[in-house]
Amino acid sequence: MHRTRVRIVEDALDANNTIAQANRADFDRAGVTVVNFMSAPGAGKTALLERVAGDLPGVRLGVLEGDVQGSLDADRLAARHVPVTQLNTDPGFGGECHLDANMVRSALPDVPLAEIDLLVVENVGNLVCPAEFRIGEDVRVMVSSVTEGEDKPLKYPLMFRTCDLVLVNKVDLLPHLDYDISKFLHHLDSVHPGVERMMVSARTGEGVDAWRDWLLRIAARERVPA
Amino acid sequence: MHELSLTSAIVKTVERHAAGRRVAVVNVRVGRMRQVVPETLAFSFDIVARDTVCEGARLELEIVEARLRCRACEHVWTIELREFRCPACSGAEVEVASGNELEVESIEVEEDACIAPG
Repeated sequence: MHRTRVRIVEDALDANNTIAQANRADFDRAGVTVVNFMSAPGAGKTALLERVAGDLPGVRLGVLEGDVQGSLDADRLAARHVPVTQLNTDPGFGGECHLDANMVRSALPDVPLAEIDLLVVENVGNLVCPAEFRIGEDVRVMVSSVTEGEDKPLKYPLMFRTCDLVLVNKVDLLPHLDYDISKFLHHLDSVHPGVERMMVSARTGEGVDAWRDWLLRIAARERVPA
Repeated sequence: MHELSLTSAIVKTVERHAAGRRVAVVNVRVGRMRQVVPETLAFSFDIVARDTVCEGARLELEIVEARLRCRACEHVWTIELREFRCPACSGAEVEVASGNELEVESIEVEEDACIAPG
């Protein structure tokens, strides 16, 4: 018995990224734009989707709903006549706290890719793990609600650095909070200078037009044939 | 607890390279941007390694400093995860020079084969 040193030099996330590329190729072939939609639990992802569901002219929306357990969010969206595919992470290692490329791949046979133009993948509520795992998305959108505090970009730089759009939700609550939005934006610009951001309220509808137009724009951009 | 997700990825990578041989040591380079707590990673590793070729293996971590490079003036500096703007020219177009690593650098495996005499 003796010991041998085996040199590997491989990113531990390479396997995930390879599957993510396969997902991306499938999405591209079907002409579907994919949004990886992330936030902490309770930031308002589902509510912001409810706001735009059925109001995206010329773009057929589908949702892949990632949850540790249950289908409460999926039920809310199905009520808006959006094709929703439920993906529960519970059978994994004690309920995974994020979606990875392989979980998304396993759900693909149930996603009606031929009947949609835009697929929003609602990730598991968590600001850490989802940022680490690419799933084959075209763009990453995150929701940060004002009840979470101004310091979040500094605490979760990977999440804030890897997203293409930040939706600052629940701005209708600002008069009732000590939250200083200029402080938040300063921190956001420290970790991701110039990232696109929108002030929204899923409750009052403030900013929802801009959010809907953004989705329409990226769906059109990604659909241009290569 | 993203350490659990990351150790699963590490163990899967090692399994592919160990080819069934028992692993004694796993050398991993982790960048500071990964925000990994070393003790938690070691703890998660022991759990995830159970019933795999990594069971009982020692996880050796090398922490890689997070460094940024300014695209405008090429200045490179080490950061404490607070400031992603160039301190030299205030440029916002920066790239991560190091610190994103989650690299399985090497492993030490136990071989049954006899060493040829002489």
